[in-house]
Amino acid sequence: MGRKLLLENLDKPEINTIDGYIKYGGYRALEKALKSMTPDEVTEEVKKSGLRGRGGAGFPTGMKWSFLDKSTDKPRYLLCNADESEPGTFKDRLLMEKIPHLLVEGMIVSSYALGCRTSYIYIRGEYMFILRILEKAIAEAYAKGYLGQNILGTGYSLDLHVHPGAGAYICGEETALIESLEGKRGNPRIKPPFPAIAGLYNCPTIVNNVESIAAVVPIVNNGGEDYAKIGIGKSTGTKLISASGNINKPGVYEIELGVSVEEFIYSDEYCGGIANGLDIKACVPGGSSVPILPKDLLFKQSDGSPRLMTYESLSEGGFATGSMLGSGGFIVFDEKACIVRNTWNFARFYHHESCGQCSPCREGTGWMERVLHNIEYGHGKMEDIDLLWDIQRKIEGNTICPLGDAAAWPVAAAIRHFRHEFEYHVKYPHRVFDADHVYQPEMKMQTV
Amino acid sequence: MTEAKHIELSPEAMMEVGRIISHYPADKQKSALLPVLHIAQKEFGGWLSSESMDYVARLLHIHPIEVYEVATFYSMFNTKPVGKVLIEVCQTGPCCLNGAEKIVSYLEKKLQIKVGETTRDGMFTLKTVECLGACGYAPMFQIGETFYEHLTEEKVDNILLEMRNKNS
Amino acid sequence: MPKVTIDDITIEVPAGTTILEAARQIGVNVPPAMCYYSKLKGSGGKCRVCLVKVTKGSDKDPRPMPKLVASCRTTVMDGMEVRNVTSPEVIEARRGVVEFLLVNHPLDCPICDQAGECHLQDLSYDHGLSKSRYDFERRTFERIDIGDKIQLHMNRCILCYRCTQVAEQLTPERKHGVLYRGEVSEISTFIATAVDNEFSGNMIDVCPVGALTDKTFRFKSRVWFTKPMYAHRNCPTCSGKVALWYQGEEVLRVTSRKDKWGESEGFICNECRFDKKNTSDWTIEGPAPVDRHSVISQNHYELPYELPVNQKKLSN
Ligand SMILES: Cc1cc2nc3c(=O)[nH]c(=O)nc-3n(C[C@H](O)[C@H](O)[C@H](O)COP(=O)(O)O)c2cc1C
Ligand code: SF4
Ligand code: FES
Repeated sequence: MGRKLLLENLDKPEINTIDGYIKYGGYRALEKALKSMTPDEVTEEVKKSGLRGRGGAGFPTGMKWSFLDKSTDKPRYLLCNADESEPGTFKDRLLMEKIPHLLVEGMIVSSYALGCRTSYIYIRGEYMFILRILEKAIAEAYAKGYLGQNILGTGYSLDLHVHPGAGAYICGEETALIESLEGKRGNPRIKPPFPAIAGLYNCPTIVNNVESIAAVVPIVNNGGEDYAKIGIGKSTGTKLISASGNINKPGVYEIELGVSVEEFIYSDEYCGGIANGLDIKACVPGGSSVPILPKDLLFKQSDGSPRLMTYESLSEGGFATGSMLGSGGFIVFDEKACIVRNTWNFARFYHHESCGQCSPCREGTGWMERVLHNIEYGHGKMEDIDLLWDIQRKIEGNTICPLGDAAAWPVAAAIRHFRHEFEYHVKYPHRVFDADHVYQPEMKMQTV
Repeated sequence: MTEAKHIELSPEAMMEVGRIISHYPADKQKSALLPVLHIAQKEFGGWLSSESMDYVARLLHIHPIEVYEVATFYSMFNTKPVGKVLIEVCQTGPCCLNGAEKIVSYLEKKLQIKVGETTRDGMFTLKTVECLGACGYAPMFQIGETFYEHLTEEKVDNILLEMRNKNS
Repeated sequence: MPKVTIDDITIEVPAGTTILEAARQIGVNVPPAMCYYSKLKGSGGKCRVCLVKVTKGSDKDPRPMPKLVASCRTTVMDGMEVRNVTSPEVIEARRGVVEFLLVNHPLDCPICDQAGECHLQDLSYDHGLSKSRYDFERRTFERIDIGDKIQLHMNRCILCYRCTQVAEQLTPERKHGVLYRGEVSEISTFIATAVDNEFSGNMIDVCPVGALTDKTFRFKSRVWFTKPMYAHRNCPTCSGKVALWYQGEEVLRVTSRKDKWGESEGFICNECRFDKKNTSDWTIEGPAPVDRHSVISQNHYELPYELPVNQKKLSN
């Protein structure tokens, strides 16, 4: 059994209440940080921990914090990114639903480190039931004197609020999140300036994922060095993996970074193997945006050593033979799964979620979806496969925000590794309609 | 002209609006737009008419177009009427691998409507949506604030029955 | 002042200048711009036609930038080196962007009032493919009426956001905006409203395509059959400096004056634009300079009046 830092007390009774949370050691980090550490010392521990952003990009959290512009007397803001909308990712939800105080405590400690007086948790609107859980937890924390004026007599004051989104994946992109929090359309901003200089209300702002902020609690409790002992190389600590698809035990697992992919899929501690006794065909290891890996590249790196669940190992070989850890949305496909159908499905997702500001993404995502739909439904031509390749290539890297890349990569990887499935669809259109392909969703965005 | 319906939030909802506005700096009321639109949509029958959006604009001292722009951007806001019960089925990859499409066709058959339509009695609207963060518990749909997961045809039957009883 | 080198030409520019503005100062091989508009705050960055390659970030940090950048929104650093037309990668990406802009464009130039002064037309001549690879029905929008002065043709819109910026920055209350999202985003008022105030007509001038056109000019003529003359009047609201578009002796249209980059030199009011269509309303200055490449310069014409002596040389 690996060490658990976040979900250790998941099954404890009443862990969702402040008393239950305190009973199992909760709010110790808050006391420790506010009473015995300076803000910079907290940041220092986070740096030492090697913690990398758990929202997808894997940027070192301590380093990000050190970019916050402290030279102005403007307010500074910490925004927690609880937009969690990347297909395949549902870890933040579990954490907030079951142990809301872990996030609240993390927010207080991190806000203290950054010198924020007001912080917000931006949660996707569909998680309204979790917003209510968080609001209750926050109210409890206020009642205990962990939030509000002069917290625990330390002189530090903080207000924490939860802000709901309303259905837009793009609001997970940090500048779109900021726009949305300002009551606007979720259009990503053009950078620079970066949020650390001019973010919410034009003030210095840090945006961090739920899991990154929660991880600050054990880091403060046990010290950054202790955290860094877990994991391999620059992939330190534990990571929540959301496992879904054709596996026996879908769910959220906290792993020590460095577990092998094979162990993660087949051991009973985690996914428990492929469902229905089938073989595995492929896996998207880090949420829908990252490249899909076929079985033969999934378990081994190019040097033959086992592929591990770390940032480095999953991306080993670049996109030619690797993928990314991303947000840890681990989607497994069994041998019967149709890669073309899934690629079309993901393309539809990005088409639906593009904000529409920049031309390559606005026009390219819809185009890719339509071509993929044609291929999937037996109207494809061989040249469509090259056309798709060309469209994704012209989106990638040329857009305002990474949603363009996120739309391009899955298409590119599917063609790179499963071209034969696309060709098969074109050659044998009538054969590809198996019993599972039952309905044909609307092509146009639905505005019910 | 349609009858001039008086649009106003209930006193409890107004309290909630006040509480929400207090979360943001004094001159940044516009920040309250998304949460206030959620409240308005709930109070005004599950959708946002242009009158209710104009009302929200007045509440927050912003121009109506700023509300229209936002309300039409976010997929949770309905700018056309919907049934009493809005069923939102997740149709994205992981759910799709685990039978989401079957649930959608079952619902279509059962309710005798297509995705995007409302039953004649105005009870159910069926909508497909993108990933709701329940990939490990697929297939699933959302009704109001509740997630219904690990759906089977039998479960769907029961939920529909329950909803029908609750809302007639 | 930082020095920047674009396609091997070095220029010194004030700090804070963008790559695009620096290129305009150099004056050759300037990246095209469909959404950026120097007179509108916050414009640019969206259409992506101005993408360039930064091969050296600055003297201090010489690393190249990992992706192509929007030259309209990237400020130069001292020692920066940029490739525009000398980078095959840029040309390729730009060609891609132009294709994207065209996939859903109706290509109804023969019946479009903007034809002849359309930036998308120019762009596709320079960068477009001869044949569309888009096999699907083109996107269409329901027509909406935004008043008796301005015609909105959403099907042609490329979502540059310039008109919303005009409304935001020049008029007391913005009545129109961008609704919905993604591919189905549209410029609209949502409910039927006239977009009508002293400066709303400038939306027409900033629109790079034929999505916003002058209703008072609709179908009257093709721009290449009309001749622009500079003129002015004493206007209490705006500078009163305009271009009059003549056919024969008739003023068919009034617009602001456009600079070399197709931008208004100064915004004008609706009274000048829509209500002053008699030569007698104006003091004529002379023919507007017309870019050699423009279709407008194809046409030779009789002047409808005698030119002031000092202007005669210019027009010969
Ligand atoms: C289109 C898009 C969607 C994103 N969605 C999320 C999200 O739902 N949750 C999240 O934490 N980060 C998301 N991100 C990443 C954020 O932009 C940002 O990098 C992250 O919140 C930073 O937090 P971290 O450093 O703690 O990971 C998204 C990025 C993009 C481009
Ligand atoms: S890449 Fe897509 S989502 Fe991102 S800004 Fe451009 S249009 Fe919007
Ligand atoms: S002109 Fe620079 S992105 Fe449009």
